[in-house]
Amino acid sequence: MKLLTTSAPHVRTQDSTRKIMIDVLIALIPAVIASTYFFGLYALILAIIGVVSAELVELFIMRVLKKDKEFVPNGSAAVTGLLLALNVSVATPWWVLLIGVFFAIAIVKHVFGGLGQNTFNPALAGRVFLLVSFPSAMTTWYSPINKFFGVYPADIQTTATPLAVLKLQGFESAKSFSYIDLFFGNRGGSLGETSIILLLLGFSYLVVRGRIKVMVPASYIGSVLLFSWIFYMVDPSKYGSPLFHVLTGGLMLGALFMATDMVTSPMTIKGQAIFGVGCGLLTMVIRYFGGYPEGVSLSIIIMNALVPLIDRYTQPRIFGRRVA
Amino acid sequence: MTLLSFKGGVHPPEKKLTKNAEIKTAPLPQKVVVFMLQHAGAPAKPIVQVGQQVKTGQVIGEPQGTISAYVHSPITGTVTSVSKINSPVHGMAVEAITIERSSDDDWELLPAVDYERASREELLDVVKKAGIVGLGGAMFPTHVKFAPPKPVDTLIINGAECEPYLTIDHRVMLERSDEILLGIEITKKILGVKSVYIGIEYNKKDAIDLLEKKWAGKVQVVPLRTKYPQGAEKQLINAITGKEVPSGGLPSDIGIVVQNVSTMLAIKQAIVDRKPLIERGMTLSGECVKENGNWWVRIGTPISWIIENLGKGFVEGIEEVKVLMGGPMMGIPVSSLDTPLLKGNNGITVIQEQERISTNCIRCSYCVFACPMNLQPYLLDLLSRKKRYDEAAAIGLLDCIECGSCSYSCPANVEHVKSIKLAKKVYKALRGGKK
Ligand code: SF4
Ligand code: SF4
Repeated sequence: MKLLTTSAPHVRTQDSTRKIMIDVLIALIPAVIASTYFFGLYALILAIIGVVSAELVELFIMRVLKKDKEFVPNGSAAVTGLLLALNVSVATPWWVLLIGVFFAIAIVKHVFGGLGQNTFNPALAGRVFLLVSFPSAMTTWYSPINKFFGVYPADIQTTATPLAVLKLQGFESAKSFSYIDLFFGNRGGSLGETSIILLLLGFSYLVVRGRIKVMVPASYIGSVLLFSWIFYMVDPSKYGSPLFHVLTGGLMLGALFMATDMVTSPMTIKGQAIFGVGCGLLTMVIRYFGGYPEGVSLSIIIMNALVPLIDRYTQPRIFGRRVA
Repeated sequence: MTLLSFKGGVHPPEKKLTKNAEIKTAPLPQKVVVFMLQHAGAPAKPIVQVGQQVKTGQVIGEPQGTISAYVHSPITGTVTSVSKINSPVHGMAVEAITIERSSDDDWELLPAVDYERASREELLDVVKKAGIVGLGGAMFPTHVKFAPPKPVDTLIINGAECEPYLTIDHRVMLERSDEILLGIEITKKILGVKSVYIGIEYNKKDAIDLLEKKWAGKVQVVPLRTKYPQGAEKQLINAITGKEVPSGGLPSDIGIVVQNVSTMLAIKQAIVDRKPLIERGMTLSGECVKENGNWWVRIGTPISWIIENLGKGFVEGIEEVKVLMGGPMMGIPVSSLDTPLLKGNNGITVIQEQERISTNCIRCSYCVFACPMNLQPYLLDLLSRKKRYDEAAAIGLLDCIECGSCSYSCPANVEHVKSIKLAKKVYKALRGGKK
């Protein structure tokens, strides 16, 4: 009989990193279904390419780092790949997505030391990289095709996203998008961002499973509502209503699934609130005053960089101590 | 009903397999090995020689210094060795006395004292002579705890028993409630306290109901939420009184003394029955031992004997096993089955190792929300492993109660407790006792 003497505690949770990642993938399925309906077959192909290529790139990196012996795929790469795929337009060539995936996994994730060590959300950093490198492919939008597995005709006309309409023509024109359409996802935009209701559905799953730092989206979305309400009060014809801002662009996808990335968000409730408000404020500043109509990705990336600082200054009072 | 509790904590599977098993008296072992250090503080000094005959209850080790305790012979027989052997609890060799049994018990009892008339000092003296230490696991000498540096007004009895598998306190409460109450009365007298509470986790509803009925008007029974580590001293106090023991301080700083239910039984046995602490109740449980049960066992009984005779051996077909002194959350794994039962061993848990592959922290924050001390376990682990001890101390290294809630809840299997324990040792050594 061999006596084992490894460290206490001797029982451990049945939970694992892999189970968490699988839950996140499950939570994104509604968004994938929505994208396949609104943007057709090619949206689904991009999602699959994102997932598969991300896992392959990670395996490749592990081999290069000679860590493939002990490496057990945990699904975190698949999450990054899928999120990136949901963050591009249906007009994006598949090889552009591949480049983005490679950048996200190889550079953003593994140059920083791999899962858990990266400062920036890899999918977001990948998206921003593509935006800078392939601006036209990343900002060409088509209207929804509204047919599962539909295929766009070759002479498809481009369309403008609601936020672009708001920025260029003002809120009166942007009102042509009905709130109902915006809520269900019937508009141009990144593949996974349009259907608010299905994003919320996936998000609820994560909440029920205890997989998400709920304070992040709560404070992010809350602050966007607040800031846009203030501006809306000042000039309703120019700035757009709070609800419009929440339902459009990548805000919901960003707040529910990108800002909440465990690795790149703060650890304490207070920190998460500060992080969320920071994201919200930056997003609105970029939307109102920046050169781009949308600012979600950049805002979260900027706040990612501040996470170590936030963590440091938001540690709660230790039990039995008077001050923190 | 809202149950009181503390902030944080985890819910490991309860596995109270033996909660309905009446405590049985184990037969006397042929041989016992009695450590001279079975308490917090300085080891006792052996006062017997090889070849000497000893009686059950005879003093074989005398305390050295203020924080130390008497040690008694658990059986009647002959001393066969006095030598240093390895103690898994202390991680070093400690002096121990081996005794071979020659006959049934021939008692040497403690001095008689009439507990109703005796003074506080006389009672305290018997508690000291009985070698009683905290039986919940901490093994702090009880006579020292009974002379707190600051005046206290509240006694809290710990009946939480939050460790999975362990049921001995539960059974003791059900089977020996009258004796425990007597122990509490004596303790009240020694401490001069007015209010007495007993905190019991709600998964022991039968004990709560029984004591509420029997102890009405004497001890306030407080049902607590079933959550680990509800039985940790600071968390128990917090749940019952809402107060926090100051960082680096003692419960007496806020006027409180905490005692385990089994310790109360030992007090009664010492004062009323004149028996020193040579036997204790313990749970033998776990999936890898054939028979699970609750037992009265002599201190010093080798674990191998306990497993063979009380558990009738290991379950067949298992090659690797963990034999723990205590429960699975904070229990100490033994590296040799010759290791004897200590005064603080409320159980022997025999389980299989759960697979654990440690990977990087994924910053899920589960540990942060599990920590009952409101620490940042992921950061303590990181700083500890990087040997940045001063920074770790600044964020509460020494406040960690090593409960294991963090490592329990970690999906990446980060070994916080392992690194924190090591860092504490190194940090204290580096500081050379300086605060
Ligand atoms: S850091 Fe210490 S006190 Fe906090 S959960 Fe971990 S072991 Fe328990
Ligand atoms: S529970 Fe583990 S993975 Fe999660 S934050 Fe704590 S150390 Fe990191």
